[in-house]
Amino acid sequence: MNNKHFLMGNEAIAYGAIAAGLQFATGYPGTPSTEVMETLIKNAKKYNFYAEWSTNEKVALETAIGASFSGASSIVTMKQVGLNVASDPLMSLTYLGVKGPLVLLVTDDPGPHSSQTEQDTRSFGLFSNIPVLDPSNSQEAYEMTKYAFEISKKYETPVFLRTTTRVSHRCDDVVLDDLKPSNEDIEGFSKSSRWVIFPKLAAERHPILEKLQETLSKEFSNSKFNFKTGTGKIGIITSGASYHYVNEAISNNKDLFSVLKIGTPYPFPEKKVIEFINDIESIIVVEELDSYLEDQLLQLFGKYGISKAVYGKKNNIFPYCGEYGIDIAKVGINKVLDILKIQRIEIPEKLISKNEIIPLPVRPPNLCAGCMHRTVFYAFKEVSKELKKQNIQTIFSGDIGCYTLGNAPPLELIDTCLCMGAGISIAGGISRTNKNSKNVAFIGDSTFFHSGIPAVINAVYNKADVTIAVLDNRTTAMTGHQPHPGTGKTALGEATKLIDIEGILKSCGIEFVKTVSADDFLTCKEISRAAIDYNGPSAVVFRGTCVSLVKSTKKCTINKNKCTGCKICVERLGCPAITLNGDIPEIMENCTGCGLCMAVCPVDAIKEVDEQ
Amino acid sequence: MNFSVIICGVGGQGVVLASRLLAITAMNSGFHVNTAETLGMSQREGSVVSHLQFGDDIKSSLIPEGSADLIIGLEVSEVARNLHFLKKNGKIITNSKMILPSARSSNEKYDSEKIINFIKEKVKSTICIDFSEIAKVAGNPKSMNVSVLGAAFYAEFLPLKYDNFLKTIESEIPEKYRNINLNAAKLSAETIFNMQEGHDEQ
Repeated sequence: MNNKHFLMGNEAIAYGAIAAGLQFATGYPGTPSTEVMETLIKNAKKYNFYAEWSTNEKVALETAIGASFSGASSIVTMKQVGLNVASDPLMSLTYLGVKGPLVLLVTDDPGPHSSQTEQDTRSFGLFSNIPVLDPSNSQEAYEMTKYAFEISKKYETPVFLRTTTRVSHRCDDVVLDDLKPSNEDIEGFSKSSRWVIFPKLAAERHPILEKLQETLSKEFSNSKFNFKTGTGKIGIITSGASYHYVNEAISNNKDLFSVLKIGTPYPFPEKKVIEFINDIESIIVVEELDSYLEDQLLQLFGKYGISKAVYGKKNNIFPYCGEYGIDIAKVGINKVLDILKIQRIEIPEKLISKNEIIPLPVRPPNLCAGCMHRTVFYAFKEVSKELKKQNIQTIFSGDIGCYTLGNAPPLELIDTCLCMGAGISIAGGISRTNKNSKNVAFIGDSTFFHSGIPAVINAVYNKADVTIAVLDNRTTAMTGHQPHPGTGKTALGEATKLIDIEGILKSCGIEFVKTVSADDFLTCKEISRAAIDYNGPSAVVFRGTCVSLVKSTKKCTINKNKCTGCKICVERLGCPAITLNGDIPEIMENCTGCGLCMAVCPVDAIKEVDEQ
Repeated sequence: MNFSVIICGVGGQGVVLASRLLAITAMNSGFHVNTAETLGMSQREGSVVSHLQFGDDIKSSLIPEGSADLIIGLEVSEVARNLHFLKKNGKIITNSKMILPSARSSNEKYDSEKIINFIKEKVKSTICIDFSEIAKVAGNPKSMNVSVLGAAFYAEFLPLKYDNFLKTIESEIPEKYRNINLNAAKLSAETIFNMQEGHDEQ
C-alpha cells in the first residue's frame, strides 16, 4: 500500500491508526465519526487488532482505557455529543494518564448537519487538559493520527484527534505508508496504585498534569503541524477546514496576508504564535464553532501586554454559529479590510443568487417507504385521537435515531427529543407534572442498550406511569446498520449471545411487557392502547426489520375504480412511495408492501400484489 | 489548473458513486482531488449534493457560490436548486427526469418543463436528456448516474479523457454490474455523438 489512495478523512484516520501500530479499537457510531470504526473493523483481521462496537461512548472509552492500562495501542471513536457521555471517565483519566497510547477520535459537526449541538471539542481539550490535534484534510488526518499515537505514548496522556464534518467526510488523494500488522506484544496489566484514583492520588497527579500542559505547549510550538505561509502585514490565524476556506478567499490578494495554521490548538503553541505576530499589524482569527483560538490569543496578549487589534467572533466580524465556507471567510476578511481602509477582496459576480431560483420541490427528511416506525407511530396517533375525545392528552417523548423523524409532518408525533436515552426519563418527569396526561416514550433498540436501561429502572423504582415503546428494527439504522447487543452478532461478525430486550424489561420489574410485530397495524394499535391504559410502567416491543436491510417481494397497488380520492393514504402517512399527480394517488416503485396504506384506506381500494 | 464540479440528485440515485468515479478518474489523471458530500439524513429521499474539485492544489472541500465550472445533475430540480454554485460561463449536463417529493408536498404542483426552461434560460451550455431511459436500455435504470457521467466526459464538459472514465468503470465497479455500466456510458456517448452531429435536438 505504497501509493495514492482516494480516501475519506475518516478512512485516512483508520489507516493512520493502523500505521501507528494499533492493537485495540472501540467506539459507538455517530455521524460524522462512524466510518473510522467501520474501516477499522474491515481491516481488523488483516492487521491483527481487536475492534468492537461498544454499547455506548462511556463504555467504549472505559474498555479502551483497560486496554491502554495493559499497554495496548488503542483508539476510541465517537461524535461530539458522545464525548459528553464519555466525559465522566475522561475527566479522571486525564489525572491518571495512560500506559499504551490512547487516542480519542471525536468528530464535531458545524452546521449542524446531523447533530443535537454545535459543540467544540477543542474547548473540551482545554477543559479536560487533553492535547488536541485538528487536521484539515485527509492527508493531514492520516499524518496527525500517527502523531497523536506518538505523543500519547511519549507523554502518557490521552490525546484528542478532533475533526469536523468537512474533514471527516471529505475525500482526498492520500499517500499511505506500507501498512503492516502491529508485531509488538501487549505488555499486560501490572498492578499499581497508579491506576486507582483516590483523592490522595488525584492531589498528587494534578500538579504533574498542569506541568505537562506547559511541556506540550513548548513541544507544539516546534510541531510541523503549526506553520506559517505568506509575508503580508495582516495576520490570519486559523485551523481545520477553515484553513482551506481562508487560503481560497485570499488567493488573489496573497501579498496582504500572512497565515498561521494551527494544527495543535490545545495546549496553545504560545511560542509559535508570539513569533508569528511579531511582524504583524492586525490579526484576523477565522475558526468555526467556539472562539477558541481567539480566546487563547487574547489571553496571550493580556499575559505579555501585547497590544494589537484582533478581529474574530467577539467583535462580530465572523459568526459564532453555523458552518463556514469560502464566502463567509471572504465577507469577514472584507469587513476587516474596510476597517483598515484597505481595498476589499473581490467577490466574483454570480450567475444567479439563491433567491432568484424558481420554487422547487421541498424534500424534508422522511421515514423510508415501508419503515416499521411509521406503522407504530400511526397506531399511537390513532390511540391518542381516541383519548383526546375523553379529554386525555397523550404526550410523546422521542429519542435519538431514525425514529426522531416521527417528528416530521404529517405524523408529527414527537413532542420532546433531547439526547440519547432521555426519552423514558423525560416521560417520567412529564407524567408527574401533568394531570390527565398519558405519557409514551419511544426508544430504538440500539439506544435502549446505549442508555435506555437505567431510565427503565428509574421508572419502575420510582413508580412512574409511563409507556415505553421499544422500536426494535434489529439494527442501528440511523448510522449505517451497525450490530448491537440485540443482534446476536459482534462488530467482527462473530455470533454472540443475543441480549433479550423483553427479558431486560421484565427483570427491571415491568409487569406489562408485550411484543408485537410492527407490520400488523391493527394489533399495534390494540396493544398500544392496552399499554397506555395500564396503570404503572408498561412496555411494548415493536419488532420489525429495517427496510433497507431486506429486499421486499411485496408491493401495494391502488384500484382506481374503488378509490374515492379521499387522500387519507397520502396526507396522513407521509409515505414516500405514495404520490399524487392527479385526483387518484399512485403507489410507486419504492413501495415495500408494508400494508399500512391498506389498513388506513376507508374503502378498501388498496391491494397487495406480488412483485413481477 | 483547477476544476470544480457540483454533482446533485436525490437520495438513492447514486450521487456518491458518481462523485467517486469522477474523482478517481481525476486522481488517476495526475490531479489532486477532493470531494465533500452531504451524508446522514439525505439517504431518505432528500437532496444530495457532492462538491468535487480537482487540479494542482489542495482545495477546501466546499465550492463557493458562483464558482463551479460544471453541474452534473441526476435530477433536474436538484440542478435548479444548486444553480447559484455555477459560475457565469459554467456548463450543465443533466437528466431531464424529475422526482416528485413524497406525500406531504403533493398539493404543490411542479412542472419539469418549467424547471428545464428556467435552467436553459440561465445557462446556454446545457445538455438535458432523459438519461433514465438510456440507462434502462443499457440494462438497468440504476446505471443512470454512470450514463450522465459518460455523456459529460464524451461531450468534453470535463478536462479529462472519456477513455479514462471507461477505465475507472472497469477498475471500480464490481464485475457483476460492470458491463451494464459500460453499456450505459457508451450508449449515452453515442447519444451525444448523434446530437453533436446534428441528428438529434438538444
